[in-house]
Amino acid sequence: MTTDTINESLDDAHNDDHHDHKMTGIKRWLYTTNHKDIGTLYLWFSFIMLLTGGALAMVIRVELFQPGLQIVEPDFFNQLTTVHGLIMVFGAIMPAFTGFANWMLPMMIGAPDMALPRMNNWSFWILPFAFAILIGSFFMESGAPNFGWTFYAPLSTTYSNGSTAFFVFAVHIMGISSIMGAINIVVTIMNLRAPGMTYMKMPLFVWTFFITAYLLIAVMPVLAGVVTMLLTDTYFGTSFFDAAGGGDPVMFQHIFWFFGHPEVYIMILPAFGIVSTIIPAFARKKLFGYSSMVYATSSIALLSFIVWAHHMFTTGMPLFGELFFMYCTMLIAVPTGVKVFNWVATMWRGSMTFEVPMLFSIAFVILFTIGGFSGLMLALTPVDFQYHDTYFVVAHFHYVLVTGSLFSIYAGAYFWLPKWTGHMFNETLAKWHFWCSLISVNLLFFPMHFLGLAGMPRRIPDYALQFADFNKWVSIGGFAFGLSQLIFLAVVIKCIKGGEKAPAKPWDGAEGLEWTVASPAPYHTFSTPPKVD
Amino acid sequence: MSRGNQNWLVGAWLFLGAMFSSSAWADTQLNLTKGVTAVSREVYDLHMLVLYICTAIGLIVFGVMFWSMVFHRKSKGAQAADFHESTKVEILWTAIPIVILITMAIPATSTLINMENNDNSDVTIQITGSQWKWHYKYFDENIEYYSVLSTPREQYENQNGSFDGNGAHKGDDYLLEVDKPLVIPANKKVRFLITSDDVIHSWWVPAFAVKQDANPGFINEAWTNVDLPGTYRGQCAELCGKDHGFMPIVVEVKSPEDYDVWLNEQHILTAKAADAEKASLSTSMSKGELMKLGETTYMAHCSACHQPTGLGLPPTFPALKGSAVAIQGPVDEHISLVLNGKGMMPPFGKQLSLKEIAAVVTYERNAWGNDTGDVVQTSDVKAASGE
Repeated sequence: MTTDTINESLDDAHNDDHHDHKMTGIKRWLYTTNHKDIGTLYLWFSFIMLLTGGALAMVIRVELFQPGLQIVEPDFFNQLTTVHGLIMVFGAIMPAFTGFANWMLPMMIGAPDMALPRMNNWSFWILPFAFAILIGSFFMESGAPNFGWTFYAPLSTTYSNGSTAFFVFAVHIMGISSIMGAINIVVTIMNLRAPGMTYMKMPLFVWTFFITAYLLIAVMPVLAGVVTMLLTDTYFGTSFFDAAGGGDPVMFQHIFWFFGHPEVYIMILPAFGIVSTIIPAFARKKLFGYSSMVYATSSIALLSFIVWAHHMFTTGMPLFGELFFMYCTMLIAVPTGVKVFNWVATMWRGSMTFEVPMLFSIAFVILFTIGGFSGLMLALTPVDFQYHDTYFVVAHFHYVLVTGSLFSIYAGAYFWLPKWTGHMFNETLAKWHFWCSLISVNLLFFPMHFLGLAGMPRRIPDYALQFADFNKWVSIGGFAFGLSQLIFLAVVIKCIKGGEKAPAKPWDGAEGLEWTVASPAPYHTFSTPPKVD
Repeated sequence: MSRGNQNWLVGAWLFLGAMFSSSAWADTQLNLTKGVTAVSREVYDLHMLVLYICTAIGLIVFGVMFWSMVFHRKSKGAQAADFHESTKVEILWTAIPIVILITMAIPATSTLINMENNDNSDVTIQITGSQWKWHYKYFDENIEYYSVLSTPREQYENQNGSFDGNGAHKGDDYLLEVDKPLVIPANKKVRFLITSDDVIHSWWVPAFAVKQDANPGFINEAWTNVDLPGTYRGQCAELCGKDHGFMPIVVEVKSPEDYDVWLNEQHILTAKAADAEKASLSTSMSKGELMKLGETTYMAHCSACHQPTGLGLPPTFPALKGSAVAIQGPVDEHISLVLNGKGMMPPFGKQLSLKEIAAVVTYERNAWGNDTGDVVQTSDVKAASGE
């Protein structure tokens, strides 16, 4: 379908809905098909999930504060780690990025809305039900899922507790939601770009979401497949993962990680897009190497399909398999390095200021790179035998997911808050949020490297005495980091309620179509497409 | 950044500095172990090589970044340059990392090939993981036994319920001690065949740089050749259910001579146990003796799931106190359940002696107010096992 026909059909459909009359109260949010409303819903939902998943992490850190079983039973501890992981991955990080996509993509490409607005409403509104089911399983007699967010069979089949069917159902709903969101993103970007905006003129933000959406469409069905196999193994007598029936438990891990590794990039590529938008704005200099950034993002996406078994080096793979997956994994360092070098080159000889979005972006570049270094170390099979399933791995993926993805989300939120609310946020309070988060997050995750190297396995509720000192500090860092996120809540609420009036373009170095509309962005923007040259 | 923020930051770093210099850190391990095998030392060297390379790259990249942040700031009057691409530079910083990666890949490949060479072993031991213990079986030696956590419950359970009540004083090897360690000879190539009876476990001893998953229904291989006799400790590394954190691994490495002595002792012990088993078939034990042995056996093998109180952790692990099997059902069914297992419950027929099973069934039918008065003798178990 060409851009013209889409625009015509949208004009027809929107004839009686073109003005700012929206429903009031809860109905506005339940029935909305407006990309800005849905973006807001996604962002609030993901923040609530972040606090929920964070609350579970707080209990984990209290339990691990000192040796000995303190406040929870080992089985409940496993439920906490499992649901913490699932909530943070599927409830906090992914919906936050979908929220950004909804709010910003149409405004960045000069489109009036997402291409499929009704589906957009549905893909959000099934999410709360998925998480109600997942979190509700805590109140079942058997308790919540307790087999880790990676749900390895047969711990999740023959040996699972009574909530497995609910877990499977919840994951299915999350998957459907993600696939619909991704299809919407792809269709919107392919069809609704403003005249003149060729692919290589799209903002890098748009590119990263475009590529991420393809990854989602490719791998979410694989996740749906593997949880379905798990369901039939548990309740319908199949033996996909049971050697006694001709199956193989390691096959579970192959299928899971074929989804799971691209999933990792689903959670980081949009972060690259956000940071690549913010750094040029505050360095007042164009992004260095735009086209190499596009190619690097695409290469990372393609490589993500041929590295999955690096999560499984200890499962007893043949030597050839170990070498293949080691070399491919090491290769990912190349395009990732290109990205980091490009960000640094963008800052080089710029005219920098350090507003809060920039602070979070700089912290992102440094701390994500540290996560990348430990990733490179983990790629080397012989040493991975030592690191695998220890706190070194926990440190690694929290550096890329918390100081990586989450920090980019904060950077983006501060960057576009004036556009969303029409007010500037309280800079002092926001700086408190940044510095408290930065210090506590490193106190929380950096010592985990030492714990892992010293030999502390992950997912244990109690530990040997030599791990006691670091665990105490990690817990203190954890409590401080958890509390610091409440400052963000305060900043956002204050900013919604009032504050200095934001101009259309509050950051003088910012570029892009979203800054050409008023702040707050009107309910309908770009009903007539802008001309891009 | 405002002045106030800077003062705050300085304070924070001082606090961090004070924390890391406290004397309690004396024996805290920061780095990977060098271990006691040629392979573990190679792995350590590789780890250090990558660590140094990453640190160097980090210093350069972050150095450039900080330089830029200090000197290229608007408040210092910096004007933005307008360069934004350079194919030459892009090619350069694609090519250099590839070269660095190759220098890492070469030693990694050779170490890996060495690690995966399981040929020509002197001793072969089968390791079987099960929830939550390890079983060791020496090939060609007729020696096999289970190895279970020996840290007493009161050390890890919070006895008085208060937050800082940490139960009994914790020993030096808290959670890293077992009743019967694996014993292997030094300076011999020892091959491990690793498998599992239930879920996936992972057998890991850091000092050997051996970590290999135990997959149910499949056998994985690993090997080690330790040059220093001593005691080495590790843990299960793959989440395997409730007591994943409570199935440690202890390996005692003995000189080849001591190892042979140990083998002989074990042969004698095995023979004695077989005799005792035979003898116990024709003798009857008193209820008191059975209850005493039953309690010890129950605490070691049954209490992880059914709990010391017999209340279990329903619905996954049923209670035995007042349960249909333990007080109403026929004794034979109870014995058969313990012998053969059911669902998640493993068959104990191959883990415990007939005498221990007799004792544990007696205990379960009389403890916690079950009070059936039933007494089960070894011969009853023998009859029920149908052998």
